Amino acid sequence: MTSYPDWWKLIFGRFTLEAIPYHEPILIGTFAAVALGGLALVALVTRYKLWGYLWHEWFTSVDHKKIGIMYMILGVIMLLRGFADALMMRGQQAIAFAGNEGYLPPHHYDQIFTAHGVIMIFFVAMPFVTGLMNYVVPLQIGARDVAFPFLNNFSFWMTVSGAVLVMMSLFIGEFAKVGWLAYPPLSGAAYSPGVGMDYYLWALQIAGVGTTLSGVNLIATIVKMRAPGMDMMRMPVFTWTALCTNVLIVATFPILAATLALLTLDRYVGTNFFTNDLGGNPMMYVNLIWIWGHPEVYILILPIFGVYSEVASTFCGKRLFGYASMVYATVVITILSYLVWLHHFFTMGSGASVNSFFGITTMIISIPTGAKIFNWLFTMYRGRIRFELPMMWLVAFMLTFVIGGMTGVMLAVPPADFVLHNSLFLIAHFHNVIIGGVVFGVFAGIAYWFPKAFGFKLDRFWGLLSFWFWVIGFYVAFMPLYVLGLMGVTRRLSRFEDPSLQIWFVVAALGAALIALGILCFIIQIGVSIIRREQLRDTTGDPWDGRTLEWSTSSPPPAYNFAFTPIVHDLDAWADMKKRGYRRPLGGFKPIHMPRNTGAGVIIAGLATVGGFALIWYIWWLAALSFVAVIATVIIHSFNYDRDFHIPAEAVLREEDSRSQLLGRA
Amino acid sequence: MRIFRILPLLPLFALLGGCQMVLLGPSGDVALQQRNLLFASTALMLLIIVPVMALTIFFAWRYRASAKASYDPDWHHSLPLEVVIWSVPLLIIVVIGAMTWMGTHLLDPYRPLDRISAGKPAVEAKAGGNGIRKEPLVIQVVALDWKWLFLYPAQGIASLNEVVAPVDQPIEFRITSSSVMNSLFIPALAGQIYAMPGMQTKLNAVINHAGEFEGFSANYSGAGFSDMRFRFRGVDDKGFGDWVQRAIRNSSPLGREEYLVLEKPSEREAVRYFRDIPSDLFSAILNMCVDRAKMCTRDMMALDAKGGGGKEGIHIVAQLEYDKSVRRGGQPMPPRPFVTAICTPTDVYGTAGVSARVAN
Repeated sequence: MTSYPDWWKLIFGRFTLEAIPYHEPILIGTFAAVALGGLALVALVTRYKLWGYLWHEWFTSVDHKKIGIMYMILGVIMLLRGFADALMMRGQQAIAFAGNEGYLPPHHYDQIFTAHGVIMIFFVAMPFVTGLMNYVVPLQIGARDVAFPFLNNFSFWMTVSGAVLVMMSLFIGEFAKVGWLAYPPLSGAAYSPGVGMDYYLWALQIAGVGTTLSGVNLIATIVKMRAPGMDMMRMPVFTWTALCTNVLIVATFPILAATLALLTLDRYVGTNFFTNDLGGNPMMYVNLIWIWGHPEVYILILPIFGVYSEVASTFCGKRLFGYASMVYATVVITILSYLVWLHHFFTMGSGASVNSFFGITTMIISIPTGAKIFNWLFTMYRGRIRFELPMMWLVAFMLTFVIGGMTGVMLAVPPADFVLHNSLFLIAHFHNVIIGGVVFGVFAGIAYWFPKAFGFKLDRFWGLLSFWFWVIGFYVAFMPLYVLGLMGVTRRLSRFEDPSLQIWFVVAALGAALIALGILCFIIQIGVSIIRREQLRDTTGDPWDGRTLEWSTSSPPPAYNFAFTPIVHDLDAWADMKKRGYRRPLGGFKPIHMPRNTGAGVIIAGLATVGGFALIWYIWWLAALSFVAVIATVIIHSFNYDRDFHIPAEAVLREEDSRSQLLGRA
Repeated sequence: MRIFRILPLLPLFALLGGCQMVLLGPSGDVALQQRNLLFASTALMLLIIVPVMALTIFFAWRYRASAKASYDPDWHHSLPLEVVIWSVPLLIIVVIGAMTWMGTHLLDPYRPLDRISAGKPAVEAKAGGNGIRKEPLVIQVVALDWKWLFLYPAQGIASLNEVVAPVDQPIEFRITSSSVMNSLFIPALAGQIYAMPGMQTKLNAVINHAGEFEGFSANYSGAGFSDMRFRFRGVDDKGFGDWVQRAIRNSSPLGREEYLVLEKPSEREAVRYFRDIPSDLFSAILNMCVDRAKMCTRDMMALDAKGGGGKEGIHIVAQLEYDKSVRRGGQPMPPRPFVTAICTPTDVYGTAGVSARVAN
């Protein structure tokens, strides 16, 4: 290792040329592909002069619909990265037997499983659910935007900033090698001295700012901006679940921020919160991180339960069975999710009474969850079920999720958990509920609301292919892991001795390959749908005979969502309006007050990325500079009085007239 | 839709494979009771899972749009049904919850064993008197980077990456770790428990069948984690005595100095035996003061309990540092800042502090 002069350290901190992984062929190959792809994209955007369009219409947009779509795009991009990690792990575990080291040394493998977990939770699942909530909630409650449109844009770019830092770690330095929750002392300065852990800390800290603020935003939106007549018990179930989720976000993400901040202090300034010596205690970190981590699971699944509820009532063509019990179940889950965190570490040696308490509270959660399953079940009863893609995802979810729920209760029995903890059984369980629950639901949501967002449906053939590859792939990939768990195989191993295990890992790898085909078909589905958009066009704005307010406006909705704020008289407001012969107003429009786009969010988040990078590499001058620049941008932005404008009544009239023509044609 | 009906059966096919699922056929009584709890809770849940899955498939098929089955778009509430869907899961959870409460207490790893195996209590009944409890074999376990050290205080030996115990003899593991968190897990014997630096956990267990079983760390602990495996052997009483003798013959001494060398990270260590072990070695490991220059955590805690070292205490901070990246084969840490002197209005250059530090 060459030593670098002091001036180098002053300017570049601990960054050295050795930090670029020239010697890793896999990384260089990836880098080449990403660089070529990126250059091609930049060239295309430049060729078609789209920079101005992207900047003015998308990046700086405060329109909740565009921000929602950008969240979904972020989720898809990061899904590709996170899934590439999964494929590499499956490949390694399928071949590393009987002295074969596989192709990934621990240094690389350990980064991959850490990155896989971090990316899938923070930068795939979270953007997907936040994107769905962002797009749908204001439309469902008859609002024109979220409560704080600029904050919404800022939140999105902070999430992107975190994702960018994680991606940078691939090519500059390394990522953490500690597992996705980074337990100390392993993640402390003494045992993880490199930059990997610091990438982890700053990426999550910055992204967490975005998540927390978007939680605040959506709570305010749901509480304050519902259309007249929509009291709490007339809110669509998706909005209810979004409300509960955002309450969870606001209550728990600060815990994550504080926990990561304490670990950051341990690593940067030598405090001893979680070290072994000087009175620090790693068990405190494990408790704190799971006090955030368990509600996080419900942050992901609750809105998806909402998606399933919307899909169930729409495609069964009837009101949701047991609306009130659905709402109470959601609220009960929200509260109980704070009382179960210890079930993630029964094996840490708590007393029997403590363990039983947390085991039993965990089981109690399965009661409201079970009630929800029954509610969807009885929504199907005496329905007229149309098996469009979202409905198929719902049925696949109901059959898959109950298995995950069952294995979850098995893990909640502490003595049983002593043998199953950290095993591949556990891995199978949480992929069972996250893929079978969250991912299936995200695809249901995408298929359901895509025509609303873009004005045409998704192609059914490729959607079906994607569906079957995903569902079958899931079973082939994860059922073997249940078996391996019962054979006593633990997680995060990069090589094995017992050759009798290999067949199961090979099957699991095949399953992962099937899922890869499912993802490929999904992307093809989007492409084919764009090409065939004229055949798939929906001019009505209500392609599924929907029941909630988002289907009452055009597809895609105008910037202002609703020319007049709708008035709600019943649950399933749009179904009620249709039944009572609602007529669209054709005139008498008034100017509509709207927020103006601003680049401040992009700029602040960009500066935060630079600041995070500087802190990771100990480039102190740059960190200080970007911090000052962030504050300065915030101050300058606060003097920007050009924040809103009115859409003139004539423009609204033109927009509504063109919709009338479309409706007339249909 | 037909394919849906096959999917839930897939795990059952897997079970038919007849592979060796150690968790379902363990050789230790504790693991066996844990398995029984697993079976019982699974069976109880299947009572509700199976009907739900069957109904899902049936309703999805029965009420498909093309079937033109009875259609009732406004039917959305039924009190009896609501009562059923909340109370049936509740009842099942009440039963599993009661099992959990009892099972968790009875199988608490800290609790001395009540029985050696089904029908064989740990306290041997004697006619007309108090029973004799079979004293447990104490094994002290240290998770090192990346290997396992087992100390047998009564036998005066220690072994690396191998642990042996007599059949039907209660064992009490006392577990700690040298650097990061690990988890001691011998699936055939009993459930796992974390090994944590500076802390002790306990595991009471018994092996009922002779044989050789696998043990490993079940909590990721860094680069050498995958090879952090050891053998657990259950042998008869004579076999155990022979093993102890053999271990003594083939052993090398393990004092504090040797331990500090052994503690350095290494992977795939062969089985080794040790003798001449200081009686306070485990306690020193637990208190992170094998290196005599370091203050034991129990002393530090005693000091803190009395109000701490006060301002003078800042000069002993270096003695409390234990984590050492170099010891683990990592990069040297940048020197941590310590308070070397305190400037006061009467002592502007803090000379008093510096001299106090030198004196220390």
